[in-house]
Amino acid sequence: MINKIVQTMAEAMAGIRDGSVVLIGGFGSIGQPNVLIQGLIEQGAKDLTVVANNSGVGHVGLAALLETGHVRKIVCSFPRTADPVVFEKLWREGRIELECVPQGTMAERMRAAGAGIPAFYTPTAVGTKLAAGKEEREFRGRKYILEEALYGDVALIEAWQADRWGNLTYNSSARNFNPVMAAAARLTIVQSQHIVELGALDPEKVATPGIYVNRVLHVPYGEPTVT
Amino acid sequence: MNLKADVTPMTRREMAQRLADDVPEGWYVNLGIGAPLQVADYVPAEREVVFQSENGVLGMGPAPAPDKINRWLINAGKQYITLRAGGSYMHHADSFALIRGGHLDLCVLGAFQVAENGDVANWSTSDNDSAPAVGGAMDLAAGARRIWVMMDHTTKSGESRLVRRCTYPLTAVGVVKRIYTNLAVIDVDDAGFAVRQMVPGMTLDDLQKVTDAPLRIM
Repeated sequence: MINKIVQTMAEAMAGIRDGSVVLIGGFGSIGQPNVLIQGLIEQGAKDLTVVANNSGVGHVGLAALLETGHVRKIVCSFPRTADPVVFEKLWREGRIELECVPQGTMAERMRAAGAGIPAFYTPTAVGTKLAAGKEEREFRGRKYILEEALYGDVALIEAWQADRWGNLTYNSSARNFNPVMAAAARLTIVQSQHIVELGALDPEKVATPGIYVNRVLHVPYGEPTVT
Repeated sequence: MNLKADVTPMTRREMAQRLADDVPEGWYVNLGIGAPLQVADYVPAEREVVFQSENGVLGMGPAPAPDKINRWLINAGKQYITLRAGGSYMHHADSFALIRGGHLDLCVLGAFQVAENGDVANWSTSDNDSAPAVGGAMDLAAGARRIWVMMDHTTKSGESRLVRRCTYPLTAVGVVKRIYTNLAVIDVDDAGFAVRQMVPGMTLDDLQKVTDAPLRIM
């Protein structure tokens, strides 16, 4: 019997090594797996590279992971939010490295990783300073730059519903990066608001098929309180 | 900016309304964070325009009533929104595939500067100080079929935002087709800036005085 549901945070976090690339779902706080992030802090892996759209709000979730010194580098499209105090301080003090990536390029680099595509050409950022050092090539009369796939060692995902095979649904705009990251990492760990029986999910509504998922922890977290 | 006494610049809301008048039924439109989002308020409900938000929402509706907030549903500006009948959700890679793939009829961006060759600078005003944060601006600017910019004609200190060449870091090269400022509506074509309309009382000569690049009447 396939059963990806784990009972404890320790099981969920087992084996995450120092130096890992950790993909963290969410757009702002919506769809961000805050309980798993807290679990990662307690698990203790250090020298992490985190890939996330934003850089954390206040002192919880992703911001707490940064504040407790677990992160060497963040790959991010928009390291600003209403309250990015922790990231700003670390960045000004030179204690964290930032790779600023256009949001769609970041998403596509992870999609490519999950789809077995090592690199691709994109029109985004052509002629800008974010194209510095990147190969440029013309197709059909237009310029493109080469971007490489972005692979994760680990993905931390928040879902709305999950079954024991790891099939996932999401709630509204909380889908965002989660399905893309689930496919781009070798070890995908999910916190899900609800656990349902195998067969209970409408196959038409499964947004992440279980093949991309390794572990599911039931976390009835409730509504996000900030955006 | 020294204007004649009988010339009144448009407010942000008036600019949004003016731009909204030019958006026809059936267009798929992304509105940039900030002032461009107000454009949606001036598209009447009976004129069906589908608004996209790059965090995976197609068919964005107006802000919810305070007691009807869905805390899982936000726009790219991280404000609570609603989903219209006919709306749908998608993940981020699909959302940006839609953008990059040229499926949007229009994206409205705010900007610091637009150059006469259509270059736009809207994400950063310097190479240092605060951490660089580009978000989805470069993907939108490179991907939508039309880029219109909505911005004040000059900075607060009176410097023209319409320039020969951008001095701030670029968002995209040669993409802007039209600019809606608080003084005029201006097309960007192969020959540069072409003025379509000016606020009442404004003359081309006076508009030229607050504009760094040459203007012509189209």
